[in-house]
Amino acid sequence: MATTAATSGHHDTDTEHHHKLGFIRTYIFSTDHKMIAKQFLIVSLLFLLLGGLLAGLVRWQLGFPGQPIPFIGGLFSDTTAPGGIVLPEFYNALVTMHATFMIFFAIMPLLVGVWGNFLIPLQIGAPDMAFPRLNTASFWISVPAGFLMLASFFVDGGAAGAGWTAYAPLSANSEYSGVHMGQILWLVSLTILGFSSITGAVNYVTTVINMRAPGMTWFRLPLPVWALFITSWLLLLAIPILTGGLIMLLFDQTIGTGFFNAPTDGEPLLWQHIFWYFGHPEVYILILPAMGLVSEVISNRSRKPIFGYHAMVIAIASIAFLGWVVWGHHMFQSGMNPLLGTTFMISTIVIAVPSAIKTFNWMGTLWRGDIHFDAPMLHALAFVSMFVIGGLSGIFMASAPVDIYIHDTYFIVAHLHYVLFGGSLFGIFAGITFWFPKMFGRMMSPTLGKIHFWLTFVAYNAVFFPMHNLGLKGHMRRIYDPNQYEFLQPLQGLNTFITIAAFVLISSQLIFAVNFFWSMYAGEKAVQNPWKSNTLEWTAAGHPPGHGNFPGGTPRVHRGPYEYSSPKSTDDFLPQIVPPDRVLRPAVPHEPSPLVTGD
Amino acid sequence: MENWSWLLDQSASTVGPEIDRLYYWILWITGIVFVATEVTLVWFLVKYRHREGRKAEYIHGNTKVEIVWTAVPAVIVLWIALASRSLWAEIKDPAHIPPNSMRVLVTAKQFEWNVTYPGPDEELGTGDDFTVRNRLDIPMGRPTALLLQSEDVIHSFFVPLFRLKQDVVPGMDTHMWFEPTRTGVFPIGCAELCGIGHTRMRGTLTVHAAADYQTWVNEQLPAPPAPPAPPAP
Amino acid sequence: MVEARGLRGLVAPSLMALVLAGCGGGGDEAPAEGGSPAAGAVIEHPVDAATAGSIRGTVKFTGTAPAAEKIDMSDEPTCASSQGANAVRHTVMVGADGGLGNVFVYVKEGLDPALKFPAGEQVVLDQQGCEYRPHVMGLTAGESLKVKNSDALLHNINATPTLNRGFNRSQPQQNMEFDVAFTTPEVMIPVRCDVHGWMEAYIGVTAHPYRTVTPEAGTFTLDRLPAGTYTLEAWHEKYGTQTQVVVVPASGMVDVAFTFDASMAGRPVPMGPELVLDMHAGTARRASQQ
Repeated sequence: MATTAATSGHHDTDTEHHHKLGFIRTYIFSTDHKMIAKQFLIVSLLFLLLGGLLAGLVRWQLGFPGQPIPFIGGLFSDTTAPGGIVLPEFYNALVTMHATFMIFFAIMPLLVGVWGNFLIPLQIGAPDMAFPRLNTASFWISVPAGFLMLASFFVDGGAAGAGWTAYAPLSANSEYSGVHMGQILWLVSLTILGFSSITGAVNYVTTVINMRAPGMTWFRLPLPVWALFITSWLLLLAIPILTGGLIMLLFDQTIGTGFFNAPTDGEPLLWQHIFWYFGHPEVYILILPAMGLVSEVISNRSRKPIFGYHAMVIAIASIAFLGWVVWGHHMFQSGMNPLLGTTFMISTIVIAVPSAIKTFNWMGTLWRGDIHFDAPMLHALAFVSMFVIGGLSGIFMASAPVDIYIHDTYFIVAHLHYVLFGGSLFGIFAGITFWFPKMFGRMMSPTLGKIHFWLTFVAYNAVFFPMHNLGLKGHMRRIYDPNQYEFLQPLQGLNTFITIAAFVLISSQLIFAVNFFWSMYAGEKAVQNPWKSNTLEWTAAGHPPGHGNFPGGTPRVHRGPYEYSSPKSTDDFLPQIVPPDRVLRPAVPHEPSPLVTGD
Repeated sequence: MENWSWLLDQSASTVGPEIDRLYYWILWITGIVFVATEVTLVWFLVKYRHREGRKAEYIHGNTKVEIVWTAVPAVIVLWIALASRSLWAEIKDPAHIPPNSMRVLVTAKQFEWNVTYPGPDEELGTGDDFTVRNRLDIPMGRPTALLLQSEDVIHSFFVPLFRLKQDVVPGMDTHMWFEPTRTGVFPIGCAELCGIGHTRMRGTLTVHAAADYQTWVNEQLPAPPAPPAPPAP
Repeated sequence: MVEARGLRGLVAPSLMALVLAGCGGGGDEAPAEGGSPAAGAVIEHPVDAATAGSIRGTVKFTGTAPAAEKIDMSDEPTCASSQGANAVRHTVMVGADGGLGNVFVYVKEGLDPALKFPAGEQVVLDQQGCEYRPHVMGLTAGESLKVKNSDALLHNINATPTLNRGFNRSQPQQNMEFDVAFTTPEVMIPVRCDVHGWMEAYIGVTAHPYRTVTPEAGTFTLDRLPAGTYTLEAWHEKYGTQTQVVVVPASGMVDVAFTFDASMAGRPVPMGPELVLDMHAGTARRASQQ
């Protein structure tokens, strides 16, 4: 993505670089974690856009089944949408590729690639990642993966159409799907992408363990770092499982092995076990970092210490741990032994507890706070309120008998989008709007930020909330034309409504794009610590800081990251870096609250 | 507006009301939690919005509160899990298939449900079996046990108004049983993406009054010679 | 079929390399679709009509023909209405005087491979009343075939050749159509619709136009053949293949008769040439050419 690097290359910062590096070393094959974070950011935002447009095509077919796509319908080939009429095989490819791009090429890098790179060294007081060159490799390995995935749209037979879950044997045998090369490219692309994730995760884990600044004890780590650290462990353990499965499936598809292919005595359920053994931790890979970002924003914008810091860390860890023993709930109806169903039902439903703990702690943080409704905070609050819906709707599926009915219906589609959009994506927006000044040296427009938020929030709910109702009427997911079923025909109006809302939702993102790129060049110049934050990244000079991050030497950490409104200080924040003897003490200390428990 | 409803359509199988009861229990619990949480959230947002001169309180948390809001959800969700357990076993455990069930073989293929009936001798795999495409016809007053097999990819046999769904996996026998509670014609769908024609892989489940059912079977019998016998369950 | 998949698998890594190199993919073999290669350049018929000979023949059926298998279209009212309750499979079509229809007869060997023939009229495979029309058809390698859906419902067209590149595409709406071509001669290529399990068609792809499908009367003629000795093959989907060597005289006619018997049913029907993988050349070849 040379163009991407060139785009991000234009916004100069006022920072002096320590070493004079050429254009290529600075902007393309940079080893600076902040530049790599920006590369991930730009590329994955483009994939987010692509994923959204693919969803738009899916929604067009569901909202207006069999009608030609307006305006751009003529651009499609005869094998995808002749005359603009989406074909079933193209629909399957759209559904598959929408999920694939969103999960693997948008949300995952937007959370892990961007924030892992940008925040970990800055928030722990490290000069860079532990392995800067490996970090460069991590980004550049993902680029060919993206190209291969994009290329699959243009090969004979079209892109993969067996769903992002690629259930064998549909994904293992081109005679069943009509897709051969597209499926191979899908498998190869994700295999390559796995290497990118693993190299990244190794780096994050090593950096957090070894490169924390003096005084940065484990329980003084900002919550984004905790979340990213635990997520990296999930990546390290989960991705190799996926890669193994992908290669087995690739062999089934190409050289005729029979791991998952029933006609050659394969075991289709084996794929599902492998996939979901990766796939459920993956679900948490997609939400835990967002939880970390949101915790930071909520604490900062409430000007109040995070409620139950230790409980938050334990909750993240227990979600990550329980995430390994619940994969079977994706397979309740798969024909798996029903006794296993009972076991998985109990482990699954228990995972609701740490999620509830996190939600209550966020609300506890807001309680008696001093809440500032800036764009990052609005997104973070949307995260909390939408995650509540996504979490609660999960309980329906966790109860295996109820799941019998709603499994593979739009109820699931609603649920997963409440977690992945309502959760992860609002978390990402909160993160981008919050750390934008640190990344680009300028503030994003607060007005555009709020317009974007409200349009997104309303349209998003209009799209996904009614999907619960569709599912409760028995509307299956991944069907090309629901009107083929008489009992689904009365739901067409609702489907059309959802589609129109989806177009509003997609269009609203234009405002974000304008705000993002306009602010990069013309936004108000950011001051050193615009959010009056305690964490180390805001004390490092420069937006972004130059090579080495902390030119004055490694910072020394004196306290936890969320000492907001401390009675020890006249100001309402107390940065981690300020030594105790330099704190400006107030003349009259605040009345201690009965709920205060320790420093 | 009726499509925005959170109520389920009236079910037509014996397990339907039990699943629905569990669903409504969860709907009530989650509904109350949802409203309580969101209302509290909004209340906090209004009450603790930024005002000049006021400083947030310096509170790090409270262990008692943490214990309470860990324990209460844990008890509730574990209750849901326990309440679900026996119903799950009743529906899915092959040991719970009523012994007097009528046995029917459903062979799924892209993109058809081929339903093989045991014929008058009530035995699958004998010469009087007959196969009908995309139609499952069953009598009232007697449970039906399906043996589900697939010829190609994974399909999922879904009868929305019976609240039942079971994936059909190639190379594997899966089972499903139900007993209707009213006569009528009910849609059957495929709930697992199975390829190009997935959207068209549908059928109908017809529940006949017991007497009418025999008439229907007799109508089918003079049909052309039965196809090769499938393996008995 | 398994071997065919394996072969395509071997092609895959090289194609991937192409994509990586920025070629955009789709580089292997000839395109599966597109117009006739002869489009534009008009080719004269290479055989002098004055000296050409022809083959005239009949295909007879002996024994008891099986009763036509009924099709249960009750689930597809659209089709059932156009077919009535009498929809049957067109597997064994026996005419009044014992002729056998839907037999694919073609010149298998003996023709000078250097001969280039002008493109014929475009062949159409229509889906009408949930049936393929025609049920058995011929096509010249490289020439395009129009696949058309006359039904107002979803059909998929799943062609599973051995030597050619297969496809599985759908036509969800009435009057949709697309063109495809098969590049390599192959008798036969099965085509089916997976939505309607009874829908089957067979396409015989030959390098030349000397092929035909018999009507119920079982009669056929192959005209304007250069004088010479040929192997003629007759293929039936249930009763298999038969070959005869015929000598076509200059400006003359030769009579041929094939007979299929009810007892021939049940033997494996050749469906495309057996595939042999040549590991050194990396190409697939017909077994008969080894």
